[in-house]
Amino acid sequence: MNRKRISLRQELPLLVWLVFVWGALWQNFSPGNLLFGALIAVLVARIFYLPPVELGGRFNVLRAVPFALIFLGKVVAASFQVLYLAVVRGPNVVSAVVAVPLRSHSDLLVTATGHVISLIPGSLVVEVDRSTSTLYIHGINVRNAEDAAKLRKEVRDTEAGLIRIMGTKAELSALTLETAA
Amino acid sequence: MNPDTVIDAVSAVFMVTGALMSLAAAIGLLRFPDLMSRMHAATKPQVLGLFLLLAALGLQMRTWSVWPVLLVAWLFQLLTVPVSAHMVGRAGYRTKHLHPELLSSDELEAVVQKAAQQAATHGADDDDR
Repeated sequence: MNRKRISLRQELPLLVWLVFVWGALWQNFSPGNLLFGALIAVLVARIFYLPPVELGGRFNVLRAVPFALIFLGKVVAASFQVLYLAVVRGPNVVSAVVAVPLRSHSDLLVTATGHVISLIPGSLVVEVDRSTSTLYIHGINVRNAEDAAKLRKEVRDTEAGLIRIMGTKAELSALTLETAA
Repeated sequence: MNPDTVIDAVSAVFMVTGALMSLAAAIGLLRFPDLMSRMHAATKPQVLGLFLLLAALGLQMRTWSVWPVLLVAWLFQLLTVPVSAHMVGRAGYRTKHLHPELLSSDELEAVVQKAAQQAATHGADDDDR
């Protein structure tokens, strides 16, 4: 079999996640159980091989915690907004499909941005153009160009936050240049 | 006030709010006009609704060992919801299950038409040869 070997360092986040799921499912985080889980994790990762996710090589926890809290806040606010729209506007709600070009071309960041945007109620990724890394987003209650610009800015800001958390160094310095300008 | 009452009160609030989110999804499904806007109602309030219900469950169980499994359940929901929403939304867009008059702008349509045109001209070129 001709497969690209990946280093243990690259595989480590996956293995840690698998061990965590194992412990959570058993509801038992004793060392013996974790060791057995690690053994199974290594076996599973070897047998059911998937193309490795290309990580940016950095993860900023100090940025990730506020990002997660802001994300939860947005989810709460937007959930009630969709409830309000459903009850009050109903059939007359006006939406739009907005194209948002992203900065990053890495699959991981495009996927993560799409996920975060999809999880916040009111926006939904309809189509992804991987060659230009453009997301086409269906936004609910987007009535005019101003709302569309707001949605576009929100997506770009989300991507900026994700780049600060786990983008590559090159993406990060490009972002700092952009915000400084 | 003893801690038990506080925990009970908090989990009661969480459960009612979580159930409210399911109600929001139901109302949205009935009232929104087309597939895309219904997807918003059908998939999104559960992110918060499930979070609140799982949190209430965790508070009521009174053991720490249950929290990781609840967290895993929620994380898997977070990972799968956007994918299913995207697949349904994408299929819906391609099969024209939407009301163009209810879109204030559609920046994807031009791209799709351009791609279709290109495919058509390329096809014609191939026929010439």
